[in-house]
Amino acid sequence: MFVCRAIVALLLAASVLTGAAHAEPADLDALVQDLGAGGFAQKQKAIDGLAATGDPAAVRSLEAMLDGKLYRRLSDGRVAIGAPSGQVIRLSDPLTGADLGDAAPADVDRVTINNRLRAGLRAALGGLTLLSPEPSVRRSAADAILKARPEGIEPLLRQALTRESDDSVRAAMEQALAAVQLSSAPEPEIRIAALRTLSQAANQDVRALVAGLLVQDANGVPAEPDADVRAAAETTLAAIERRLAMWGILGNLFHGLSLGSVLLLAAVGLAITFGVMGVINMAHGEMVMLGAYTTFIVQEWFRAHAPGAFDYSILVAVPMAFVVAGAVGIAIEQSVIRFLYGRPLETLLATWGISLILQQAVRSAFGPTNREVGAPSWMSGAIEVAGGLTLTYNRLWIIVFSLVVLALLMLLNRATDFGLTMRAVVQNRRMAASMGIRTGRIDALTFGLGSGIAGIAGVALSQIDNVSPNLGQAYIIDSFMVVVFGGVGNLWGTLVGAMSLGLINKFLEPVAGAVLGKILVLVGIILFIQKRPRGLFALKGRAVEA
Amino acid sequence: MHLRLPAAWVTVGLLLAAAIAVPLLNLAVPASSALHVPTWVVSLVGKYLCYAMLALSIDLIWGYCGILSLGHGAFFALGGYAMGMHLMRQIGSRGVYGHPDLPDFMVFLNWKELPWYWHGFDNFTFALAMVAIVPGLLAFVFGWFAFRSRVTGVYLSIISQALTFALMLAFFRNDMGFGGNNGLTDFKDILGYGLQDDSTRAALFAVSALALAAVYGLCRWIVGSRLGQVLVAIRDAESRVRFLGYRVEFYKLFVFVVSAGIAGIAGALYVPQVGIINPSEFAPAASIEAVIWVAVGGRGTLHGAILGAILVNYAKTFLTGSLPEIWLFALGALFVAVTLFMPRGIVGSLSRGADRRPSPSATVEAPASTADPAAP
Repeated sequence: MFVCRAIVALLLAASVLTGAAHAEPADLDALVQDLGAGGFAQKQKAIDGLAATGDPAAVRSLEAMLDGKLYRRLSDGRVAIGAPSGQVIRLSDPLTGADLGDAAPADVDRVTINNRLRAGLRAALGGLTLLSPEPSVRRSAADAILKARPEGIEPLLRQALTRESDDSVRAAMEQALAAVQLSSAPEPEIRIAALRTLSQAANQDVRALVAGLLVQDANGVPAEPDADVRAAAETTLAAIERRLAMWGILGNLFHGLSLGSVLLLAAVGLAITFGVMGVINMAHGEMVMLGAYTTFIVQEWFRAHAPGAFDYSILVAVPMAFVVAGAVGIAIEQSVIRFLYGRPLETLLATWGISLILQQAVRSAFGPTNREVGAPSWMSGAIEVAGGLTLTYNRLWIIVFSLVVLALLMLLNRATDFGLTMRAVVQNRRMAASMGIRTGRIDALTFGLGSGIAGIAGVALSQIDNVSPNLGQAYIIDSFMVVVFGGVGNLWGTLVGAMSLGLINKFLEPVAGAVLGKILVLVGIILFIQKRPRGLFALKGRAVEA
Repeated sequence: MHLRLPAAWVTVGLLLAAAIAVPLLNLAVPASSALHVPTWVVSLVGKYLCYAMLALSIDLIWGYCGILSLGHGAFFALGGYAMGMHLMRQIGSRGVYGHPDLPDFMVFLNWKELPWYWHGFDNFTFALAMVAIVPGLLAFVFGWFAFRSRVTGVYLSIISQALTFALMLAFFRNDMGFGGNNGLTDFKDILGYGLQDDSTRAALFAVSALALAAVYGLCRWIVGSRLGQVLVAIRDAESRVRFLGYRVEFYKLFVFVVSAGIAGIAGALYVPQVGIINPSEFAPAASIEAVIWVAVGGRGTLHGAILGAILVNYAKTFLTGSLPEIWLFALGALFVAVTLFMPRGIVGSLSRGADRRPSPSATVEAPASTADPAAP
């Protein structure tokens, strides 16, 4: 078997070296015509031939064949790409794309393929795209080869390696080459060398490939006959698993920080209304929801009036959401909460009622279904890091955004007159009033600030969550947990609380599962509050209980 | 004070009268008569009575001890699940899969044998005991930790809400062995009587009314005793009671466990009448809704809680049936209006002149003074 493959490989290598990428158009055309002729064996030969030319011009015909869009005209036997259009099929030349006229469905035969050919086509396409001028295409071709390890790809891979200039693509190709060698090279030394190359990988496919060597069948005979190769495979496997574990931890770290930043955004407004003012605002989640719907409305406006500037809609939505949610917050404070200061349990019930009204109002106005909020181009996409770890841009932006919001809030608290008066009222209301501070006004503004921040959080959450009337409900309990865990009345506590809850959640998830992990966190917080009723960053001094 | 005792007797009298009259009007009076009570009304009012019992359990701790639990629905649901497990076992081999021991959902999940915590529930007496013991035990553990470390006021409200939220997530899991998302349903009979029969439904109604009357009597007795006086004192000035030498946490723990047991019984009566129990009963929103029944009726009055639960739920049935859009607006407005304009509820407002006891809302909490003077 190995010998057979080696011969094929050599033959292919010879053909690549002599005629690679310089195949005459006539040869190419003949091969393409062969795609439509005869049985599956002949078709496979034609595919191999096209692959061996290494000519990107062949890609179109192969892709069409894979998609079932390659046809043979019965009148002259010519192979063409067909696009059904109404009653007829529009034919075009597979190489030049020139129009070959329309044909009735009865006048053409679709070029049939089977699963074997399908695999062959994919491999051939992988090989051809290896020489693409686009580095990202070359890279995904190399990844595809590593996954599929098609026969006879090695020479082409070597050729691609010699002309590769991009370091990361080069590394990917070397990995792919090693994987191919590992599964097809007859000499143990080459396989051991391949294993050495593969030990640099952090990739589930490679792990599966290497682990496959160590599998034993029912009689205890290992899949890999050579003991030295098996030993090398074991060290390689260990190295890969170590690296995968490391990337796994980094991934958890990122997802934990990402969840933490979402919690931080949702909770930081609450840290002001609950932490600073002592008001239990159960309608806090609805402020977040209002912010998300504001984003939706702003985006609708941009779609209708300035589609070109859609990317900046989020930047407009942030202040808008702050104003909308803040105004609603001030209205709530003035109409209800003002009369309930000093009665936190009543405040809790009244604001719960307000949250029901707001939810139903939004449901009546926008309908109960999810609303589509788009992402600006600079927030979509992802960076792919090794080891299956992808960092999406929207999550990265939300981490940054949450920290900026927190920093601005601290600045406001420390460096502005409003922050000063706010702290004065919190510290000693009557004394502040005697100094001429209009405490009622400060209360309203503080509540408006907390609500506005929640609105801003809604803008960010609209990028990663469903915008529905129930959006706020999902965050209210988590937000309270963060504030209570971090310590009431302390923005640093909120930061630490949010991040640690996010991280704990994400590190528990792979061990215990998502739901059980969340339950464990909730139970953990309930127990934690028993131990430290005032949270992580407890206030010192005589902050007596009511 | 003169209104207090008659009100109690009126409540008990009305419940007893209902326990006799409603089943009679349902079973003995022919359907053509104007006095006939249709079966669906019997079940609906029976459901209200269960809610009233839940409201009573909340009033006992909130109205008389100042503990606002936003997770009392958890105890209600646990009682309901205990009863549901018994009814599940009663189905026997009549399920869709016809397995003699395992409920349908376990067969569906490919389970081979009954989990250990399902054993014993085929016995009615055992199940009845569990109805009160399981919620009571959870309340004991939760309260032991919470009251010992003096978690009070809104903190207790928030963590009790977290408790029921965690339980809801847990019961949604299929691996828990409680039917996951669908919960327990498709019950056939109770003690051999078919659950769909008119006579069974009438009997369940009568049992609910009698149980409510009994629980009402129990609560009345508790709040009227010396222990009840201490509870009210704790509600109004916890620190002062502690300084007087009372072990505040034990009093709170006692009343909290009793209240959880009552909620469990309410849940157990509820399940056979509605025919299903699922994790949505654990939803925090359901628990908060129960609190508003008490607030509407008048907290710290006991019969007010019963009245509030029945009134609000009647309004809910009426509005969700005819004007579903309006219901949440109405409920939300009710929350706001009651807290702002009627802090003593219907009963509290009516008996204002006769009652010398100060309004609970005026004295429960001192102004919040926990905020950080130097918030960063």
